[in-house]
Amino acid sequence: MKGGVHTAQRHDSALKHVTGQAVYIDDMPEPAGTLHAALVLSPVAHGRLKKLDVPRGSGIVAVLGPDDIPGKNDVAAVGSDEPLFAFDRVSFAGQPLAMVVATTLDAARHAAERATIEIDEEPAILDIETALAAKAYVQAPQTLLRGDPDAAMTAAPHKLSAEFTVGGQEHFYLESQIAFALPGEDGDIVVHSSTQHPTEVQHICARLLGCDFNRVTTIVRRLGGGFGGKESNASWVAGAAALAANHTGRPVKLRLPREIDMIATGKRHPFLYRYTVGFDGEGRVLALDAMLAADAGWSLDLTPGVVARALTHTDNAYWIPHFRAVGYSCKTHKQSNTAFRGFGGPQGVVIMEDALDRIALQLGRDPNEVRALNFYSEAGDETPYGQKVDENHLPRLWAEVKRDSDYASRRAEIDAFNKTSPVLKRGLALFPLKFGISFNIPHMNQAGALVHVYSDGSIRLNHGGTEMGQGLFIKVAQVVAEVFKVDIDRIRPSATSTAEVPNTSPTAASTGSDLNGWAAFAAADTIRQRMIAYAAEHFGAAQGDIVFDDNTVRIAKPGSNQVVSFDELAKLCYLGRVPLSSTGYYKTPKIHWDGAKMKGRPFFYFAFGAAAVEVAIDMLTGESRVLRADLVQDCGASLNPAIDLGQIEGAFVQGQGWLTCEELWWDKRGRLKTAGPSTYKIPGSRDAPAVFNVKMLDNAPAKEATIFRSKAVGEPPLMLATAVWTALKDAIAATGDGRTPVRLDAPATPERILAAIETVRVR
Amino acid sequence: MADSIRFTLNGEPVEVGEVSPMTTLLDWLRDRRGLKGTKEGCAEGDCGACTVVLERADGRHEAMNACIAMLGQMDGQAIRTIEGLRGTDGAPHPVQRAMAEADATQCGFCTPGFVMTAYAYASGGEPAELETIHDALAGNLCRCTGYRPIVEAMTKVVGVAAEPASLPAPRVQSAAFDGRFFAPRSLGELTALRAEHPEALLLAGGTDLGLLASRSRKPPQAAIHVAHVPELNVIDAGKEQIALGAAVTYARAMPVLVESFPALRAYLARLGSRQIRTQGTIGGNIGNASPIGDMPPVLLALETRLTLVSVRGTREVPLEEFFTGYRKTVLAPDEVIQRLTLWRLWEGESFHCDKVSKRRDQDISTVAGAYRLRIKGGRIEDARLAFGGMAATPKRASHAEAALLKDGFEAARAALAQDFQPLDDWRGTAAYRLRVAANLLRRLELRLADPARPVEVEAL
Repeated sequence: MKGGVHTAQRHDSALKHVTGQAVYIDDMPEPAGTLHAALVLSPVAHGRLKKLDVPRGSGIVAVLGPDDIPGKNDVAAVGSDEPLFAFDRVSFAGQPLAMVVATTLDAARHAAERATIEIDEEPAILDIETALAAKAYVQAPQTLLRGDPDAAMTAAPHKLSAEFTVGGQEHFYLESQIAFALPGEDGDIVVHSSTQHPTEVQHICARLLGCDFNRVTTIVRRLGGGFGGKESNASWVAGAAALAANHTGRPVKLRLPREIDMIATGKRHPFLYRYTVGFDGEGRVLALDAMLAADAGWSLDLTPGVVARALTHTDNAYWIPHFRAVGYSCKTHKQSNTAFRGFGGPQGVVIMEDALDRIALQLGRDPNEVRALNFYSEAGDETPYGQKVDENHLPRLWAEVKRDSDYASRRAEIDAFNKTSPVLKRGLALFPLKFGISFNIPHMNQAGALVHVYSDGSIRLNHGGTEMGQGLFIKVAQVVAEVFKVDIDRIRPSATSTAEVPNTSPTAASTGSDLNGWAAFAAADTIRQRMIAYAAEHFGAAQGDIVFDDNTVRIAKPGSNQVVSFDELAKLCYLGRVPLSSTGYYKTPKIHWDGAKMKGRPFFYFAFGAAAVEVAIDMLTGESRVLRADLVQDCGASLNPAIDLGQIEGAFVQGQGWLTCEELWWDKRGRLKTAGPSTYKIPGSRDAPAVFNVKMLDNAPAKEATIFRSKAVGEPPLMLATAVWTALKDAIAATGDGRTPVRLDAPATPERILAAIETVRVR
Repeated sequence: MADSIRFTLNGEPVEVGEVSPMTTLLDWLRDRRGLKGTKEGCAEGDCGACTVVLERADGRHEAMNACIAMLGQMDGQAIRTIEGLRGTDGAPHPVQRAMAEADATQCGFCTPGFVMTAYAYASGGEPAELETIHDALAGNLCRCTGYRPIVEAMTKVVGVAAEPASLPAPRVQSAAFDGRFFAPRSLGELTALRAEHPEALLLAGGTDLGLLASRSRKPPQAAIHVAHVPELNVIDAGKEQIALGAAVTYARAMPVLVESFPALRAYLARLGSRQIRTQGTIGGNIGNASPIGDMPPVLLALETRLTLVSVRGTREVPLEEFFTGYRKTVLAPDEVIQRLTLWRLWEGESFHCDKVSKRRDQDISTVAGAYRLRIKGGRIEDARLAFGGMAATPKRASHAEAALLKDGFEAARAALAQDFQPLDDWRGTAAYRLRVAANLLRRLELRLADPARPVEVEAL
């Protein structure tokens, strides 16, 4: 058979991608009468809305505002603090106020731009410090505590304190947000949405329209990228389209132009950190007391989960006996920040990397020895939230990445280079990763699938996960192929639809193949068992003697081995009135979480990784470059090494962008001025590491019963790019005496690197 | 006069009469022709998802952005889109196959643009070297793959045969589309049209003005497209001077400029992307008088003169007198830039330039510096130092120049503060800009002291 699990399979749409035949929502044929929508956005960050007037002209069919919503004007994913259209109070520059629906896109956009908007502007909170001072939060602070950090800190032989910040990040999915809503009978709506969360789209549409969920069907064939940006943010876009379709009785498409998308939708949360760490003379961490303040933006959105994940990843790979991390969710008058690949994890793991570098500098030790000294032991230490680290690849990964990167000799060579190079300096850093896999909220860890075997033996597969480029469809198809032992091309993955699999979770938190893989397995296996039972009856054999293998089914009776093709057996089953369709369901075992106490086992398992990164900096301009990266990622027993390799490489470069060139810049009135690729710079091909060695940890099947012992891969490797940032700090340290700690706020733009160099050199 | 726009699309002749000439090529392809393979990723010419290929009569292929090209600009051209790459038997083009086989697609939205860029590159006969591949890819953004597999695919696509395009018969006379998009065929026609339509925008490559049609959705009421005027397309590389017509694209000007000023090789490779350089012109870069254009500092350092022409006659203006303020110039309402003339280097002269931006490729300068020095016996005898990103216009650093001649580099660095009071924006603070400009002079000093020693991270 071709294309079972653990084989490198190409993305199922690859040929359609390269020929331009893959259909995205904006490519779908438009039924006659299709209307186009455009949003009216607030030009100011904070104030009272006094007047809104949109000119009605040729082609304008409707102008919709808060009063035109038959249900509830609320599109919040969590809680209910997010109106689709602002009323009374405006909370950020870019907030939707109304929507114009017109016969052409240009007519809609022009009318939206010509809207008369009067707002009494009020002072806006535009940064974390101001929000902290004002105690402006979208939710109460969360605390993760273990032991007695105050006493341990007092008793520690050494301690140090530091502060730094990391910036936000625009998702920059190449396909901007889009939804296409088609009205049906009795107020039914079909919504084609570029969403990672079809079920939430269904719920938000129903909430806005004031109808039952069963009136709304969400369909998602593929997304042109998501990265978390189409988890909650796609829902309001789809909701707006559904509202307009419902209002006008005509199909309505809402596509956000890039600039509008960047101004109106949330991003990765920027964070401010202050921490004190206590340690012994060898660099062993004894206590950590950390404050993490996230810029949540104007509404709650998914911030509780993001901050919780930051707190549960502050330990990263390290055993910290006494631990306190307090997470603040600061309310500012900016875009409401949201999920972004890593979901707070990247913002959590940077803290200890900063701390350990400083500890090593203070003690005059190799920072990477200090890191290894603090790793979780293989004996099964507990994390600060009480989960045992009972599978631990850290020592092995560390040894492999050091060997693969030729760390020791390159360290010596780089140190020698730095001694004689006047304006160019190089830096080298290692980074270990432990990342928890599962949604932090236990109930979200469930999935459904629907598999049909047709009477010709062809198979149709549907599940709740969305295909956004990450190769989920092919991976789950491989699982089904493996169950039936048939070629992968016998399996037809189909568009995600709330009509086929209901009550789904978002495709997020790296869990897509873990959850949907098992659900599809369950569906396929149910059918397979029925086929076995029927074959046994039909051929007069024992069930245990029916063997599926290589597109055939063998009936191994004593003295006679009969073989039928899978297709033949499917036909026989049909004729024998065997149901060849089944749903499948999976819920992740073993997990539990007390969100108030922040204790439990939130993660089914951990994915591990390690990176060695070398960079160069220019002391005159602050320009930098990633010269080499060696990555080792734990994918368990990879379902599809070709797809997983792409996830690792892509995630790393995305993480590199977050920490280096991608800078969001708001003016003093809170207006985002980097609202397009001409001003917001994601990495280009030349920015990827010049030497890029990526491998998966071999012979490391997952200890837990994951789908075919594979592990999640979507998010973890993004954090391996942390080593870019620490390598930059290493290079910056080399511009001074090598003993001075470096504060390098992210993104490490040339300007920030130059500023950091100057603090190191002045001393 | 109701001319229709004629061009070749995927090898077939096309005539467009009913659609506004200000419609973007991308919108026309997608909405009018139903060719949905070409995508809109940004509508500002920066992401490359809309990349199509201009096929030249001589077999050269050039990638360009369909989002910021207006339909009127396509008159007389041959365009190939992703749909036109497959063979007549429907088999994927070798470039398409290479991209698929390298696992170079994930979400796939950027992919058609990358494929078209790869197609243009494949037929160009360039060496399959990383430097060239990155240069070719600079105008395409991918958010999924991290680029490694795309680069790998690019190494396998070189040497794909390119067939000469069949172009529509060339026009000999001025065309006017929809009575508002004028495409003159001679300098006389151009100046007459300019005099008659001073309100019309002068459109060369449209890499800046095209944003009016794409991102802003407010295309100009009238435009005079200068690209087909022969006098504006002249490249005259003389012994002492080089004259470039104002409508010469960067793609055409680069070989001449790089040959005379080798420092421009790396610098011009960072100016926009191939897609932008296919369309963009040096005349346009000067005419729109942006304070952050990359070419003006270079041209200021090289003592460039502009030839301005109108029905009233011709005049010559030194470039440094051309810019009068933020996006303001001395160009009269009836005038056009015909050409620019710059000096080659004389004995003892050298030319250097640098650009600092957040991203190496296809980014707008935070600071750009260009310098022409005359050095005799180790002494700097003459210096022209020009900077972009430091003031409301690209500008020479006259205090720094004087200080350099009198007291050397350190004095010149200090004097920059007298020359410039830059602004804070998203590309950098005023303090950073001033510091970097000074440090670029330090880099220049190091470069002069030891030309073999790398002074840029890119050299490592």
